[in-house]
Amino acid sequence: MYKLTIGEKTYYCQPGESVLDTFLRENVNISFACKKGTCHSCIVRSPNILPPESAQVGLKNTLKKLNHFLACLCHPEQNMVIKLPDQSEFYTEGTVVVNQLLNRNTLLLIIAFKDAFEFNAGQFVNLQRPDGLTRSYSIANIPQASNTLEFHIRRLPDGRFSEWLHDEIKTGDTIAVSEARGHCFYLPERKEQGLVLVGTGTGLAPLAGILTDALGHGHSGPIYLFHGSREVDDLYRVDEMRKLAEQHQNFYYIPCLSGKHVPEGFTHGRVNEIALATLVDLKDWRVFLCGHPEMVNQMKKMTFLKGASMKDIYADAFLITAT
Amino acid sequence: MSKTLYERIGGEPAVSAAVEIFYRKVLNDYRINRFFDNVDMDKQIDKQKAFFTMAFGGPNNYTGADMRKAHAHLVEIGLDDSHFDAVMEHLGATLVELEVPDTLIAEAAAIAESARKDVLGK
Ligand SMILES: Cc1cc2nc3c(=O)[nH]c(=O)nc-3n(C[C@H](O)[C@H](O)[C@H](O)COP(=O)(O)OP(=O)(O)OC[C@H]3O[C@@H](n4cnc5c(N)ncnc54)[C@H](O)[C@@H]3O)c2cc1C
Ligand code: HEM
Ligand code: FES
Repeated sequence: MYKLTIGEKTYYCQPGESVLDTFLRENVNISFACKKGTCHSCIVRSPNILPPESAQVGLKNTLKKLNHFLACLCHPEQNMVIKLPDQSEFYTEGTVVVNQLLNRNTLLLIIAFKDAFEFNAGQFVNLQRPDGLTRSYSIANIPQASNTLEFHIRRLPDGRFSEWLHDEIKTGDTIAVSEARGHCFYLPERKEQGLVLVGTGTGLAPLAGILTDALGHGHSGPIYLFHGSREVDDLYRVDEMRKLAEQHQNFYYIPCLSGKHVPEGFTHGRVNEIALATLVDLKDWRVFLCGHPEMVNQMKKMTFLKGASMKDIYADAFLITAT
Repeated sequence: MSKTLYERIGGEPAVSAAVEIFYRKVLNDYRINRFFDNVDMDKQIDKQKAFFTMAFGGPNNYTGADMRKAHAHLVEIGLDDSHFDAVMEHLGATLVELEVPDTLIAEAAAIAESARKDVLGK
Protein backbone atom coordinates (compact mmCIF):
# COMPACT_ATOMS: atom_id res chain seq x y z
CA MET A 1 0.00 0.00 0.00
CA TYR A 2 1.49 3.33 -1.04
CA LYS A 3 1.10 6.78 0.45
CA LEU A 4 -0.25 9.58 -1.70
CA THR A 5 0.43 13.04 -0.33
CA ILE A 6 -1.32 16.23 -1.42
CA GLY A 7 -0.09 19.23 0.54
CA GLU A 8 -0.54 18.38 4.24
CA LYS A 9 -2.88 15.43 3.64
CA THR A 10 -1.96 11.80 3.17
CA TYR A 11 -4.10 9.11 1.59
CA TYR A 12 -3.52 5.38 1.19
CA CYS A 13 -3.82 3.80 -2.22
CA GLN A 14 -5.33 0.34 -1.65
CA PRO A 15 -4.12 -2.64 -3.72
CA GLY A 16 -5.82 -2.59 -7.11
CA GLU A 17 -6.88 1.05 -6.81
CA SER A 18 -5.83 3.77 -9.22
CA VAL A 19 -4.79 7.15 -7.84
CA LEU A 20 -8.15 8.47 -9.08
CA ASP A 21 -10.02 5.70 -7.21
CA THR A 22 -8.24 6.60 -3.98
CA PHE A 23 -8.97 10.30 -4.35
CA LEU A 24 -12.62 9.71 -5.18
CA ARG A 25 -12.99 7.36 -2.21
CA GLU A 26 -11.43 10.03 0.01
CA ASN A 27 -13.58 12.80 -1.49
CA VAL A 28 -10.62 14.72 -2.87
CA ASN A 29 -11.93 17.29 -5.32
CA ILE A 30 -10.55 16.02 -8.64
CA SER A 31 -12.24 16.13 -12.01
CA PHE A 32 -12.66 13.08 -14.22
CA ALA A 33 -14.99 12.00 -17.00
CA CYS A 34 -13.99 8.65 -18.50
CA LYS A 35 -11.82 6.72 -16.02
CA LYS A 36 -10.03 5.12 -18.94
CA GLY A 37 -7.38 7.51 -20.14
CA THR A 38 -9.38 9.12 -22.95
CA CYS A 39 -10.55 12.49 -21.70
CA HIS A 40 -7.42 13.64 -19.83
CA SER A 41 -9.52 15.58 -17.34
CA CYS A 42 -7.97 13.75 -14.36
CA ILE A 43 -4.47 15.04 -15.13
CA VAL A 44 -2.23 15.63 -12.08
CA ARG A 45 1.48 16.07 -11.45
CA SER A 46 4.16 14.30 -9.47
CA PRO A 47 6.79 16.99 -8.84
CA ASN A 48 9.66 14.83 -7.57
CA ILE A 49 9.36 11.30 -8.96
CA LEU A 50 8.77 9.90 -12.41
CA PRO A 51 5.20 8.55 -12.67
CA PRO A 52 4.72 5.05 -14.15
CA GLU A 53 5.01 5.15 -17.94
CA SER A 54 1.58 3.58 -18.37
CA ALA A 55 -0.01 6.60 -16.63
CA GLN A 56 1.40 8.98 -19.24
CA VAL A 57 0.09 7.24 -22.36
CA GLY A 58 -1.16 9.75 -24.90
CA LEU A 59 0.11 12.86 -23.09
CA LYS A 60 2.10 15.46 -25.00
CA ASN A 61 5.83 15.26 -24.47
CA THR A 62 5.89 18.66 -22.80
CA LEU A 63 3.47 17.45 -20.15
CA LYS A 64 5.31 14.14 -19.76
CA LYS A 65 8.55 15.97 -19.06
CA LEU A 66 6.93 17.88 -16.23
CA ASN A 67 5.80 14.56 -14.69
CA HIS A 68 2.15 15.10 -15.45
CA PHE A 69 0.14 11.90 -15.52
CA LEU A 70 -3.44 10.60 -15.63
CA ALA A 71 -4.71 9.70 -12.17
CA CYS A 72 -7.16 7.13 -13.56
CA LEU A 73 -4.36 5.16 -15.24
CA CYS A 74 -1.86 5.38 -12.39
CA HIS A 75 -1.25 2.38 -10.17
CA PRO A 76 1.55 3.67 -7.93
CA GLU A 77 4.82 1.80 -7.67
CA GLN A 78 6.08 3.84 -4.70
CA ASN A 79 4.88 6.62 -2.38
CA MET A 80 4.00 9.75 -4.32
CA VAL A 81 3.61 13.44 -3.67
CA ILE A 82 0.90 14.71 -5.97
CA LYS A 83 -0.06 18.18 -7.06
CA LEU A 84 -3.56 18.79 -8.35
CA PRO A 85 -3.25 21.07 -11.34
CA ASP A 86 -4.32 24.65 -11.30
CA GLN A 87 -7.42 24.26 -13.46
CA SER A 88 -6.69 27.47 -15.36
CA GLU A 89 -3.64 25.72 -16.83
CA PHE A 90 -5.87 23.39 -18.78
CA TYR A 91 -9.13 25.25 -19.32
CA THR A 92 -10.09 28.31 -21.35
CA GLU A 93 -13.15 30.42 -20.67
CA GLY A 94 -15.62 30.59 -23.55
CA THR A 95 -18.86 32.53 -23.87
CA VAL A 96 -22.11 30.95 -24.96
CA VAL A 97 -23.36 32.81 -28.03
CA VAL A 98 -26.06 30.45 -29.31
CA ASN A 99 -28.31 28.25 -27.25
CA GLN A 100 -31.29 26.75 -29.08
CA LEU A 101 -32.99 23.39 -29.61
CA LEU A 102 -32.21 21.31 -32.71
CA ASN A 103 -35.04 18.90 -31.87
CA ARG A 104 -37.07 18.00 -28.78
CA ASN A 105 -34.06 16.78 -26.80
CA THR A 106 -30.94 18.11 -28.51
CA LEU A 107 -29.44 21.49 -27.75
CA LEU A 108 -27.25 23.44 -30.16
CA LEU A 109 -24.64 25.28 -28.12
CA ILE A 110 -22.15 27.63 -29.75
CA ILE A 111 -19.30 28.87 -27.61
CA ALA A 112 -17.03 31.73 -28.67
CA PHE A 113 -13.41 32.32 -27.64
CA LYS A 114 -11.22 35.40 -27.62
CA ASP A 115 -8.34 33.65 -29.34
CA ALA A 116 -8.12 30.98 -31.98
CA PHE A 117 -9.01 27.54 -30.64
CA GLU A 118 -6.87 24.78 -32.14
CA PHE A 119 -8.64 21.56 -33.08
CA ASN A 120 -9.46 19.12 -35.83
CA ALA A 121 -13.11 18.71 -36.78
CA GLY A 122 -14.39 15.59 -34.99
CA GLN A 123 -12.33 15.99 -31.82
CA PHE A 124 -13.93 16.54 -28.45
CA VAL A 125 -13.35 18.82 -25.46
CA ASN A 126 -14.21 18.57 -21.80
CA LEU A 127 -16.67 21.10 -20.46
CA GLN A 128 -16.46 21.87 -16.77
CA ARG A 129 -19.11 23.17 -14.41
CA PRO A 130 -18.03 25.57 -11.64
CA ASP A 131 -18.39 22.73 -9.07
CA GLY A 132 -15.85 20.65 -11.04
CA LEU A 133 -18.26 18.19 -12.73
CA THR A 134 -16.68 17.43 -16.12
CA ARG A 135 -18.08 15.85 -19.30
CA SER A 136 -16.78 15.29 -22.83
CA TYR A 137 -18.60 16.76 -25.85
CA SER A 138 -17.70 16.54 -29.51
CA ILE A 139 -17.07 19.56 -31.70
CA ALA A 140 -19.52 19.73 -34.61
CA ASN A 141 -17.95 22.42 -36.80
CA ILE A 142 -14.62 23.07 -38.51
CA PRO A 143 -12.22 25.80 -37.36
CA GLN A 144 -13.92 29.17 -37.85
CA ALA A 145 -12.65 32.69 -38.34
CA SER A 146 -15.02 33.65 -35.54
CA ASN A 147 -13.25 31.30 -33.05
CA THR A 148 -16.44 29.45 -32.21
CA LEU A 149 -17.09 25.84 -31.32
CA GLU A 150 -20.42 24.18 -31.98
CA PHE A 151 -21.85 21.37 -29.82
CA HIS A 152 -24.93 19.16 -29.93
CA ILE A 153 -26.03 18.16 -26.46
CA ARG A 154 -28.60 15.48 -25.87
CA ARG A 155 -30.68 15.78 -22.71
CA LEU A 156 -30.46 12.54 -20.72
CA PRO A 157 -33.15 11.88 -18.12
CA ASP A 158 -31.57 12.85 -14.79
CA GLY A 159 -28.26 13.47 -16.52
CA ARG A 160 -26.45 15.93 -14.30
CA PHE A 161 -24.39 17.77 -16.86
CA SER A 162 -26.71 17.64 -19.86
CA GLU A 163 -29.70 18.88 -17.83
CA TRP A 164 -27.58 21.70 -16.45
CA LEU A 165 -26.63 22.75 -19.99
CA HIS A 166 -30.24 22.47 -21.18
CA ASP A 167 -31.94 24.14 -18.25
CA GLU A 168 -29.55 26.63 -16.74
CA ILE A 169 -27.01 27.81 -19.28
CA LYS A 170 -28.03 30.97 -21.16
CA THR A 171 -26.40 33.02 -23.90
CA GLY A 172 -23.78 35.31 -22.40
CA ASP A 173 -22.76 32.77 -19.73
CA THR A 174 -19.14 31.70 -19.59
CA ILE A 175 -18.05 28.08 -19.44
CA ALA A 176 -14.69 26.33 -18.93
CA VAL A 177 -13.50 24.37 -21.98
CA SER A 178 -10.45 22.08 -22.17
CA GLU A 179 -8.08 21.67 -25.10
CA ALA A 180 -9.35 19.52 -27.96
CA ARG A 181 -8.61 15.80 -27.70
CA GLY A 182 -9.25 12.53 -29.45
CA HIS A 183 -8.16 10.80 -32.64
CA CYS A 184 -11.44 10.61 -34.51
CA PHE A 185 -10.95 13.15 -37.29
CA TYR A 186 -10.41 13.52 -41.04
CA LEU A 187 -6.94 13.71 -42.56
CA PRO A 188 -6.82 15.23 -46.05
CA GLU A 189 -5.01 12.38 -47.77
CA ARG A 190 -6.09 9.52 -50.05
CA LYS A 191 -8.96 11.67 -51.24
CA GLU A 192 -10.31 9.00 -53.55
CA GLN A 193 -10.93 6.66 -50.62
CA GLY A 194 -14.53 5.82 -49.73
CA LEU A 195 -15.69 7.25 -46.38
CA VAL A 196 -18.44 5.74 -44.29
CA LEU A 197 -19.79 7.71 -41.34
CA VAL A 198 -22.14 5.98 -38.92
CA GLY A 199 -23.67 7.72 -35.91
CA THR A 200 -26.54 7.48 -33.47
CA GLY A 201 -28.16 10.51 -31.83
CA THR A 202 -25.66 13.27 -31.11
CA GLY A 203 -23.02 11.05 -32.70
CA LEU A 204 -23.92 13.27 -35.64
CA ALA A 205 -21.96 16.12 -34.03
CA PRO A 206 -18.42 14.87 -34.72
CA LEU A 207 -19.55 13.31 -38.00
CA ALA A 208 -20.97 16.64 -39.20
CA GLY A 209 -17.58 18.25 -38.50
CA ILE A 210 -15.74 15.44 -40.28
CA LEU A 211 -18.12 15.65 -43.24
CA THR A 212 -17.72 19.42 -43.58
CA ASP A 213 -13.96 19.03 -43.37
CA ALA A 214 -13.82 16.26 -46.00
CA LEU A 215 -16.07 18.13 -48.43
CA GLY A 216 -14.09 21.33 -47.81
CA HIS A 217 -10.87 19.51 -48.70
CA GLY A 218 -12.45 18.31 -51.94
CA HIS A 219 -12.61 14.66 -50.95
CA SER A 220 -13.47 12.89 -54.19
CA GLY A 221 -14.33 9.35 -53.08
CA PRO A 222 -17.89 8.40 -52.13
CA ILE A 223 -19.00 9.61 -48.68
CA TYR A 224 -21.88 7.82 -46.95
CA LEU A 225 -23.48 9.22 -43.80
CA PHE A 226 -25.83 6.94 -41.87
CA HIS A 227 -27.57 8.74 -39.01
CA GLY A 228 -29.88 6.73 -36.79
CA SER A 229 -32.32 7.07 -33.94
CA ARG A 230 -35.56 5.48 -32.90
CA GLU A 231 -38.04 8.15 -33.92
CA VAL A 232 -37.98 10.85 -36.54
CA ASP A 233 -38.28 13.53 -33.86
CA ASP A 234 -34.91 12.47 -32.46
CA LEU A 235 -33.04 13.08 -35.72
CA TYR A 236 -31.94 16.60 -36.62
CA ARG A 237 -30.34 18.55 -39.48
CA VAL A 238 -32.22 16.27 -41.89
CA ASP A 239 -33.01 18.99 -44.43
CA GLU A 240 -29.49 20.44 -44.32
CA MET A 241 -28.00 17.01 -44.98
CA ARG A 242 -30.39 16.33 -47.84
CA LYS A 243 -29.42 19.63 -49.38
CA LEU A 244 -25.71 18.81 -49.07
CA ALA A 245 -26.39 15.49 -50.78
CA GLU A 246 -28.01 17.37 -53.68
CA GLN A 247 -25.03 19.70 -53.94
CA HIS A 248 -22.32 17.01 -53.79
CA GLN A 249 -22.83 14.05 -56.04
CA ASN A 250 -20.34 11.90 -54.09
CA PHE A 251 -22.20 12.44 -50.78
CA TYR A 252 -25.01 10.09 -49.75
CA TYR A 253 -27.17 10.72 -46.69
CA ILE A 254 -29.22 7.87 -45.21
CA PRO A 255 -31.33 8.77 -42.15
CA CYS A 256 -32.42 5.58 -40.38
CA LEU A 257 -35.24 4.97 -37.90
CA SER A 258 -35.41 1.84 -35.77
CA GLY A 259 -38.92 2.55 -34.38
CA LYS A 260 -42.25 1.52 -35.92
CA HIS A 261 -43.24 4.80 -37.50
CA VAL A 262 -41.14 5.48 -40.58
CA PRO A 263 -42.18 8.39 -42.82
CA GLU A 264 -41.35 8.57 -46.52
CA GLY A 265 -37.70 9.34 -47.20
CA PHE A 266 -36.33 7.50 -44.17
CA THR A 267 -34.94 3.98 -44.02
CA HIS A 268 -36.39 1.52 -41.55
CA GLY A 269 -33.94 -0.34 -39.35
CA ARG A 270 -30.92 -0.01 -37.13
CA VAL A 271 -28.30 2.28 -38.49
CA ASN A 272 -25.48 -0.27 -38.16
CA GLU A 273 -27.40 -2.99 -39.98
CA ILE A 274 -28.42 -0.66 -42.78
CA ALA A 275 -24.87 0.61 -43.24
CA LEU A 276 -23.53 -2.94 -43.44
CA ALA A 277 -26.24 -4.02 -45.87
CA THR A 278 -25.65 -0.99 -48.10
CA LEU A 279 -21.88 -1.24 -48.31
CA VAL A 280 -20.95 -4.80 -49.03
CA ASP A 281 -17.17 -4.51 -49.26
CA LEU A 282 -15.24 -2.02 -47.13
CA LYS A 283 -11.75 -2.92 -48.26
CA ASP A 284 -9.77 0.34 -48.51
CA TRP A 285 -12.61 2.39 -46.97
CA ARG A 286 -12.18 4.81 -44.09
CA VAL A 287 -14.70 4.36 -41.31
CA PHE A 288 -15.96 6.83 -38.68
CA LEU A 289 -18.19 5.57 -35.85
CA CYS A 290 -19.67 7.86 -33.20
CA GLY A 291 -22.32 7.60 -30.52
CA HIS A 292 -23.79 4.67 -28.66
CA PRO A 293 -20.93 2.55 -27.24
CA GLU A 294 -22.55 -0.76 -28.17
CA MET A 295 -23.13 0.34 -31.75
CA VAL A 296 -19.58 1.65 -31.97
CA ASN A 297 -17.97 -1.53 -30.64
CA GLN A 298 -20.06 -3.83 -32.74
CA MET A 299 -19.39 -1.78 -35.88
CA LYS A 300 -15.64 -1.70 -35.26
CA LYS A 301 -15.65 -5.46 -35.49
CA MET A 302 -18.10 -5.70 -38.38
CA THR A 303 -16.43 -3.08 -40.58
CA PHE A 304 -13.09 -4.77 -39.93
CA LEU A 305 -14.58 -8.10 -41.00
CA LYS A 306 -15.93 -6.44 -44.14
CA GLY A 307 -12.40 -5.51 -45.08
CA ALA A 308 -11.65 -2.11 -43.49
CA SER A 309 -8.15 -1.99 -42.06
CA MET A 310 -7.85 -1.32 -38.29
CA LYS A 311 -5.84 1.81 -38.96
CA ASP A 312 -8.68 3.18 -41.09
CA ILE A 313 -11.34 2.75 -38.40
CA TYR A 314 -11.88 5.85 -36.25
CA ALA A 315 -14.32 5.77 -33.39
CA ASP A 316 -15.68 7.77 -30.48
CA ALA A 317 -17.91 5.81 -28.13
CA PHE A 318 -20.00 8.26 -26.09
CA LEU A 319 -19.36 6.39 -22.87
CA ILE A 320 -21.33 7.32 -19.84
CA THR A 321 -19.23 7.24 -16.70
CA ALA A 322 -20.65 5.40 -13.74
CA THR A 323 -20.03 7.38 -10.58
CA MET B 1 25.54 -13.29 -34.21
CA SER B 2 22.63 -14.72 -36.17
CA LYS B 3 19.41 -12.74 -36.36
CA THR B 4 16.30 -13.92 -34.54
CA LEU B 5 13.31 -15.18 -36.51
CA TYR B 6 11.46 -12.02 -35.45
CA GLU B 7 14.11 -9.84 -37.08
CA ARG B 8 14.34 -12.02 -40.18
CA ILE B 9 10.56 -11.93 -40.72
CA GLY B 10 10.59 -8.13 -40.53
CA GLY B 11 9.99 -7.10 -36.92
CA GLU B 12 7.12 -4.88 -35.81
CA PRO B 13 5.78 -3.96 -39.28
CA ALA B 14 5.53 -7.64 -40.19
CA VAL B 15 3.66 -8.31 -36.97
CA SER B 16 1.18 -5.52 -37.71
CA ALA B 17 0.52 -6.78 -41.21
CA ALA B 18 0.10 -10.34 -39.96
CA VAL B 19 -2.33 -9.36 -37.20
CA GLU B 20 -4.89 -7.85 -39.62
CA ILE B 21 -4.98 -10.88 -41.87
CA PHE B 22 -4.86 -13.40 -39.06
CA TYR B 23 -7.51 -11.76 -36.89
CA ARG B 24 -9.95 -11.47 -39.78
CA LYS B 25 -9.49 -15.19 -40.44
CA VAL B 26 -10.03 -16.06 -36.78
CA LEU B 27 -13.18 -13.95 -36.42
CA ASN B 28 -14.60 -15.52 -39.59
CA ASP B 29 -13.96 -19.08 -38.41
CA TYR B 30 -17.10 -20.51 -36.82
CA ARG B 31 -15.02 -23.21 -35.07
CA ILE B 32 -13.23 -20.72 -32.85
CA ASN B 33 -14.74 -17.26 -33.10
CA ARG B 34 -16.89 -17.74 -30.02
CA PHE B 35 -13.71 -17.51 -27.92
CA PHE B 36 -13.23 -14.01 -29.23
CA ASP B 37 -16.75 -12.68 -28.64
CA ASN B 38 -17.23 -9.79 -26.26
CA VAL B 39 -13.68 -8.61 -26.35
CA ASP B 40 -12.79 -5.04 -27.14
CA MET B 41 -11.31 -4.86 -30.66
CA ASP B 42 -8.46 -2.51 -29.80
CA LYS B 43 -7.35 -4.54 -26.82
CA GLN B 44 -7.68 -7.72 -28.82
CA ILE B 45 -5.49 -6.35 -31.59
CA ASP B 46 -2.81 -5.63 -28.97
CA LYS B 47 -3.08 -9.20 -27.72
CA GLN B 48 -2.82 -10.56 -31.25
CA LYS B 49 0.34 -8.52 -31.63
CA ALA B 50 1.65 -10.17 -28.49
CA PHE B 51 0.70 -13.53 -29.98
CA PHE B 52 2.68 -12.92 -33.17
CA THR B 53 5.64 -11.39 -31.45
CA MET B 54 5.80 -14.58 -29.40
CA ALA B 55 5.30 -16.89 -32.37
CA PHE B 56 8.15 -15.10 -34.13
CA GLY B 57 10.35 -15.51 -31.06
CA GLY B 58 10.49 -11.75 -30.59
CA PRO B 59 10.84 -9.75 -27.39
CA ASN B 60 8.04 -10.57 -24.95
CA ASN B 61 7.59 -11.02 -21.25
CA TYR B 62 5.29 -14.02 -21.25
CA THR B 63 6.15 -17.18 -19.36
CA GLY B 64 4.47 -20.55 -19.71
CA ALA B 65 2.56 -19.78 -16.53
CA ASP B 66 1.28 -16.53 -18.07
CA MET B 67 0.05 -18.48 -21.09
CA ARG B 68 -1.79 -20.88 -18.79
CA LYS B 69 -3.39 -18.00 -16.95
CA ALA B 70 -4.33 -16.06 -20.10
CA HIS B 71 -6.16 -19.06 -21.57
CA ALA B 72 -7.49 -20.76 -18.41
CA HIS B 73 -10.95 -19.19 -18.73
CA LEU B 74 -11.09 -20.42 -22.34
CA VAL B 75 -10.12 -23.97 -21.36
CA GLU B 76 -13.00 -23.83 -18.87
CA ILE B 77 -15.45 -23.17 -21.69
CA GLY B 78 -14.04 -25.98 -23.83
CA LEU B 79 -10.81 -24.86 -25.53
CA ASP B 80 -9.12 -28.03 -26.81
CA ASP B 81 -6.65 -29.42 -29.38
CA SER B 82 -9.06 -28.94 -32.28
CA HIS B 83 -9.21 -25.19 -31.61
CA PHE B 84 -5.49 -25.02 -31.19
CA ASP B 85 -5.10 -26.75 -34.56
CA ALA B 86 -7.45 -24.20 -36.15
CA VAL B 87 -5.33 -21.33 -34.83
CA MET B 88 -2.18 -23.03 -36.17
CA GLU B 89 -3.89 -23.34 -39.55
CA HIS B 90 -4.64 -19.60 -39.67
CA LEU B 91 -1.14 -18.77 -38.52
CA GLY B 92 0.32 -20.76 -41.41
CA ALA B 93 -2.15 -19.40 -43.98
CA THR B 94 -1.48 -15.82 -42.86
CA LEU B 95 2.26 -16.18 -43.30
CA VAL B 96 1.80 -17.82 -46.70
CA GLU B 97 -0.37 -14.87 -47.74
CA LEU B 98 2.43 -12.52 -46.65
CA GLU B 99 4.86 -14.55 -48.74
CA VAL B 100 7.07 -15.44 -45.82
CA PRO B 101 9.53 -18.17 -46.92
CA ASP B 102 8.53 -21.74 -45.97
CA THR B 103 11.53 -22.29 -43.74
CA LEU B 104 10.61 -19.28 -41.61
CA ILE B 105 6.97 -20.35 -41.47
CA ALA B 106 8.10 -23.72 -40.16
CA GLU B 107 10.16 -22.02 -37.46
CA ALA B 108 7.22 -19.84 -36.37
CA ALA B 109 4.89 -22.84 -36.34
CA ALA B 110 7.33 -24.75 -34.14
CA ILE B 111 7.51 -21.89 -31.64
CA ALA B 112 3.70 -21.60 -31.49
CA GLU B 113 3.35 -25.38 -31.25
CA SER B 114 5.61 -25.36 -28.21
CA ALA B 115 2.97 -23.34 -26.34
CA ARG B 116 0.27 -26.00 -26.85
CA LYS B 117 0.49 -27.62 -23.40
CA ASP B 118 0.41 -24.31 -21.58
CA VAL B 119 -2.37 -22.79 -23.68
CA LEU B 120 -4.53 -25.88 -23.22
CA GLY B 121 -3.66 -26.10 -19.52
CA LYS B 122 -2.29 -29.64 -19.74
C1 LIG C 1 -15.56 11.18 -26.38
C2 LIG C 1 -16.98 11.54 -25.98
C3 LIG C 1 -17.71 12.45 -26.75
C4 LIG C 1 -19.02 12.78 -26.41
N1 LIG C 1 -19.70 13.65 -27.20
C5 LIG C 1 -20.99 13.96 -26.90
C6 LIG C 1 -21.75 14.87 -27.72
O1 LIG C 1 -21.24 15.42 -28.70
N2 LIG C 1 -23.03 15.13 -27.40
C7 LIG C 1 -23.64 14.54 -26.30
O2 LIG C 1 -24.84 14.82 -26.05
N3 LIG C 1 -22.95 13.67 -25.50
C8 LIG C 1 -21.64 13.38 -25.76
N4 LIG C 1 -20.94 12.51 -24.94
C9 LIG C 1 -21.59 12.02 -23.69
C10 LIG C 1 -21.40 13.04 -22.56
O3 LIG C 1 -20.02 13.15 -22.24
C11 LIG C 1 -22.11 12.67 -21.25
O4 LIG C 1 -21.78 11.36 -20.88
C12 LIG C 1 -23.60 12.78 -21.35
O5 LIG C 1 -23.98 14.09 -21.71
C13 LIG C 1 -24.27 12.42 -20.01
O6 LIG C 1 -23.78 13.23 -18.97
P1 LIG C 1 -24.74 13.71 -17.79
O7 LIG C 1 -23.90 14.32 -16.72
O8 LIG C 1 -25.86 14.53 -18.33
O9 LIG C 1 -25.37 12.37 -17.28
P2 LIG C 1 -24.93 11.54 -16.00
O10 LIG C 1 -25.33 12.26 -14.77
O11 LIG C 1 -23.53 11.15 -16.16
O12 LIG C 1 -25.88 10.30 -16.19
C14 LIG C 1 -26.01 9.64 -17.47
C15 LIG C 1 -27.27 8.81 -17.55
O13 LIG C 1 -27.11 7.67 -16.75
C16 LIG C 1 -28.12 7.66 -15.78
N5 LIG C 1 -27.45 7.27 -14.54
C17 LIG C 1 -26.48 7.93 -13.86
N6 LIG C 1 -26.07 7.25 -12.81
C18 LIG C 1 -26.80 6.11 -12.82
C19 LIG C 1 -26.84 4.98 -11.97
N7 LIG C 1 -26.05 4.87 -10.92
N8 LIG C 1 -27.68 4.00 -12.32
C20 LIG C 1 -28.49 4.08 -13.38
N9 LIG C 1 -28.48 5.13 -14.21
C21 LIG C 1 -27.66 6.12 -13.92
C22 LIG C 1 -28.70 9.05 -15.69
O14 LIG C 1 -30.04 9.05 -15.30
C23 LIG C 1 -28.52 9.52 -17.09
O15 LIG C 1 -29.60 9.11 -17.90
C24 LIG C 1 -19.64 12.18 -25.27
C25 LIG C 1 -18.90 11.28 -24.49
C26 LIG C 1 -17.59 10.94 -24.83
C27 LIG C 1 -16.84 9.98 -23.96
C1 HEM D 1 -0.57 -20.96 -30.62
C2 HEM D 1 -0.42 -20.75 -29.36
C3 HEM D 1 -0.97 -19.50 -28.69
C4 HEM D 1 -0.22 -18.45 -28.26
C5 HEM D 1 1.31 -18.29 -28.37
C6 HEM D 1 -1.13 -17.49 -27.69
C7 HEM D 1 -0.75 -16.27 -27.16
C8 HEM D 1 -1.58 -15.40 -26.51
C9 HEM D 1 -1.16 -14.20 -25.86
C10 HEM D 1 0.28 -13.69 -25.78
C11 HEM D 1 -2.26 -13.60 -25.34
C12 HEM D 1 -2.33 -12.29 -24.57
C13 HEM D 1 -2.33 -12.56 -23.09
C14 HEM D 1 -2.56 -11.28 -22.33
O1 HEM D 1 -1.74 -10.36 -22.44
O2 HEM D 1 -3.57 -11.21 -21.62
C15 HEM D 1 -3.41 -14.42 -25.68
C16 HEM D 1 -4.72 -14.14 -25.36
C17 HEM D 1 -5.80 -14.82 -25.90
N1 HEM D 1 -5.77 -15.98 -26.64
FE1 HEM D 1 -4.11 -16.98 -27.18
N2 HEM D 1 -2.42 -17.95 -27.81
C18 HEM D 1 -2.37 -19.18 -28.42
C19 HEM D 1 -3.47 -19.98 -28.74
C20 HEM D 1 -4.80 -19.60 -28.61
C21 HEM D 1 -5.93 -20.39 -29.05
C22 HEM D 1 -5.85 -21.77 -29.67
C23 HEM D 1 -7.06 -19.63 -28.77
C24 HEM D 1 -8.52 -19.92 -29.03
C25 HEM D 1 -8.98 -20.54 -30.07
C26 HEM D 1 -6.62 -18.41 -28.15
C27 HEM D 1 -7.46 -17.40 -27.73
C28 HEM D 1 -7.06 -16.30 -26.99
C29 HEM D 1 -7.97 -15.30 -26.47
C30 HEM D 1 -9.51 -15.25 -26.64
C31 HEM D 1 -7.19 -14.38 -25.76
C32 HEM D 1 -7.68 -13.14 -25.01
C33 HEM D 1 -7.99 -13.52 -23.60
C34 HEM D 1 -8.66 -12.39 -22.87
O3 HEM D 1 -8.24 -11.26 -22.99
O4 HEM D 1 -9.64 -12.68 -22.19
N3 HEM D 1 -5.26 -18.42 -28.07
N4 HEM D 1 -2.97 -15.51 -26.40
S1 FES E 1 -8.41 10.32 -18.57
FE1 FES E 1 -8.67 9.92 -16.48
S2 FES E 1 -10.76 10.26 -16.17
FE2 FES E 1 -10.56 10.48 -18.33
